[in-house]
Amino acid sequence: MSLWQSYRMRLRRKRAKIRAWRKHFMLRSRANRTDQIQPGDILLFSTLRDEYVRLPYFLKYYRDLGVSHFVIVDNGSSDGGAEYLADQNDVSLWTTNASYKRSRFGVDWLNWLQQKYAHGHWTLVVDPDELFVYPFCDTRPIRALTDWLDVSQVKSFGAMLLDMYPKGRIDAVPYLPGQNPLEIASWFDPGNYQISKNHKFGNLWIQGGPRARVFFPNQPKKSPALNKIPLVKWHKNYAYESSTHMLLPRGLNLTYDEWGGEKASGVLLHAKFLDTFTIKAAEELTRRQHYSSSVEYKAYAENFDDTPDLWCKWSEKYINWRQLEILGLMSKGNWA
Amino acid sequence: MLVHTAFGRAEQIARHWAASGCPIVIHSDKSVPRKTYAAFKAKLSDLPDVRFAKRHRCEWGTWGLVAATQEASQIMLAEFPEVRHVYLSSGSCLPLRPVQELIDYLTERPHTDFIESATTADVPWTMGGLDHERFTLRFPFSWRKNRYLFDRYVALQRLVRFKRRIPNGIVPHMGSQWWCLTRQTLSAILEDPERASYDRYFKKVWIPDESYFQTLARLYSRQIESRSLTLSKFDYQGKPHIFYDDHLQLLRRSDCFVARKIWPFANRLYDAFLTDVSSAMKRTEPNPGKIDRIFAKAVERRTRGRPGLIMQSRFPVEGRENGLTCAQYSVFEGFTDLFENFEAWLSKTTTTRVHGHLFAKERAEFSEGQTVMNGALSDSATLRDYNPQAFLASLIWNTRGERQCFQFGPRDVQDIEWEIAKDHNAQISVITGAWAVPLFKSNRNFSDIRQEAALLQQIESEHLKTLRSPWTKARVRIWSMAEFIEAPMEPLQTIIDEIGQQSLRGLAEVPKMSDLTGFGQFLQNLKNQGMHPYLMGDFPVSHGQGEAPLSQPKPYLVR
Repeated sequence: MSLWQSYRMRLRRKRAKIRAWRKHFMLRSRANRTDQIQPGDILLFSTLRDEYVRLPYFLKYYRDLGVSHFVIVDNGSSDGGAEYLADQNDVSLWTTNASYKRSRFGVDWLNWLQQKYAHGHWTLVVDPDELFVYPFCDTRPIRALTDWLDVSQVKSFGAMLLDMYPKGRIDAVPYLPGQNPLEIASWFDPGNYQISKNHKFGNLWIQGGPRARVFFPNQPKKSPALNKIPLVKWHKNYAYESSTHMLLPRGLNLTYDEWGGEKASGVLLHAKFLDTFTIKAAEELTRRQHYSSSVEYKAYAENFDDTPDLWCKWSEKYINWRQLEILGLMSKGNWA
Repeated sequence: MLVHTAFGRAEQIARHWAASGCPIVIHSDKSVPRKTYAAFKAKLSDLPDVRFAKRHRCEWGTWGLVAATQEASQIMLAEFPEVRHVYLSSGSCLPLRPVQELIDYLTERPHTDFIESATTADVPWTMGGLDHERFTLRFPFSWRKNRYLFDRYVALQRLVRFKRRIPNGIVPHMGSQWWCLTRQTLSAILEDPERASYDRYFKKVWIPDESYFQTLARLYSRQIESRSLTLSKFDYQGKPHIFYDDHLQLLRRSDCFVARKIWPFANRLYDAFLTDVSSAMKRTEPNPGKIDRIFAKAVERRTRGRPGLIMQSRFPVEGRENGLTCAQYSVFEGFTDLFENFEAWLSKTTTTRVHGHLFAKERAEFSEGQTVMNGALSDSATLRDYNPQAFLASLIWNTRGERQCFQFGPRDVQDIEWEIAKDHNAQISVITGAWAVPLFKSNRNFSDIRQEAALLQQIESEHLKTLRSPWTKARVRIWSMAEFIEAPMEPLQTIIDEIGQQSLRGLAEVPKMSDLTGFGQFLQNLKNQGMHPYLMGDFPVSHGQGEAPLSQPKPYLVR
């Protein structure tokens, strides 16, 4: 790593910061309760659009894990979700109608808000369809994890995205507000992931799962990235570079061990494939606000016409984190 | 009792000890804000037998911890003359058994010092590669805050071969910092006329809290029991493991009196153990081995990981995989070309899963024609070739417990060959030149056949170079085709024996060999066209006796 390279990385990080500053003018504060944030609180940041139906369970899930405050950017929802969020007394809400794509899929907005409110806090950046699972999450609150990471002098914690899907047509069972989405989308692909290393940023690039298997078997390079680093002890100089896949400074991306051992890691259960998905996919085809001109959604639209089922004989039904640990999708690492 | 965080819990613990009549001397880290400290002091002011020692700065691995202990011990010995045993504990320690049990235990052993103490030569507890050097080098820089200077200074001292003199020929011992010493031993250490020189020496030793008392106790103790009464487990970096609510059942099975460290928010643990004798939980049979196993496993997982697993938090660099795959598997090259029903025969003879050509150009030929395999592994060739190494590692990982066999040959995508050759889990058996049999049987123009034969021969000879390279770790067996068909049962028997999952019947049945009548002539024709097939060995051209035994293989019976 030459000085020149690290200087370029620094410039990149600064650029992300400047972008965040530029884009923050688009944000309108709707309900700012950030004065409630206490030192040591665990914060959650999220961007969303038209996710009202998911919000009750989403908030409950993370409150139960011990998240103290939610900082949310609502990108032009029209389903009443913004009103619902504004009424929650542990939510600070910003709204914007600006382009999701041009804020680099919400990263710029959140980078700004994190810089402003998350300095010195453990922060979780997740989407409303992502449920964070970590070792011992059924018996230990998230605070136990972050305390342990603090003691171990670890600043970031990786959690791979695991696509969950129902058995049968994804629109067969309607999802109701407050319901655990895993009751419907309870299946996943246990062992078909490909990993390579991104030498520029030091993070791993994980692909595979049902989306590669069903939507991108002939163009695997296009299948979505599944590596994520959602939990970070935030410092105001940090920046997410591209979604939550990679961070700057790059040391934060080293959530894996290269000498044969296993570091502790979690999983983000991605309950994207519910009945709401077909509507979203249809909308995204015209909106084109997602990654790479919504190539993902195009592939879905093409495939779902003839193969609406992601389930296969070797799909695994989700039970708990221990199951994921045994399957080798996550690890307890040194935590016992 | 050494306290530096979680004062609420520390107060709770102090009250618990005091309730059983134990006097306490508390030392709090100097870096704790004065206000917090004053509040803590005030809260404990109602307890008569609590004293507070002068505050020292206690940074991990430095002398401050020892100074604090000395200070507190002196107060304890001076102010509470009835005390016979002094137990060093911390604010995040939790008594696992009723305090009275500990008192009784110590009363029965009035002259025993419980302090873990071992010489550096005998134990592998080293951190940062320093064992004996902890005692012979100087460590003025903090390991936590000035790692660079720390490392440089150690390197410099090694370079100039600096060695400290150990005073009075004491033998350095190390061990857990949590001890329980008798008044006699502890006062002897503190009142030693040589103490000043010992202190001066230990001030520059690395992690003196794990060696000061451990070493000096050896000088005075009448009876040392080299173990700590405090349960404390360390991870690979030397940090103590933390106990949580879900460790409750585990801790009940400990034979130790006190455990550390406890997570301050582990309410269930505190509620369960900080009760009086009457409401204390029924004790279970001690089983400390179970605790040891769990934490030893955690260290193992963090340092060595699960062999053959590639995942988001385990992505070893080349050479550190500790096994590219997680289990043994077999690769057969040329067998399906030579034998007509090889796959069926193999899966019948052994209890393994037999795939076709997993790396075929069109698709991964999983067993029984499946399009998706264990772990939802797709048979798509593009997906597989996108990362063949991940494909193979996933397949072997997903099918743990069932041995995998698959075919390979020069017609397949060759990207994976090095991965397999370097993998000590692979058993590779090759019949060279057998790829010519399908050509021989095919109904194609001879010029096409000639061209393809040349190509396949080239690919296979490259592949053989790989298999014979010094980096190959797989168990490789190579026969030329001529060599193999001379006595096919012997090599087959060897391979099957090595797989070791033979079904009880033995090799009663033999795979059916293709009819090779005229194969010698076919090879000669290739030669005549200027393409020399050499990988299959020598086949006689004559139609006479030479080929007769080949075309009608005998049903060998090997017992």
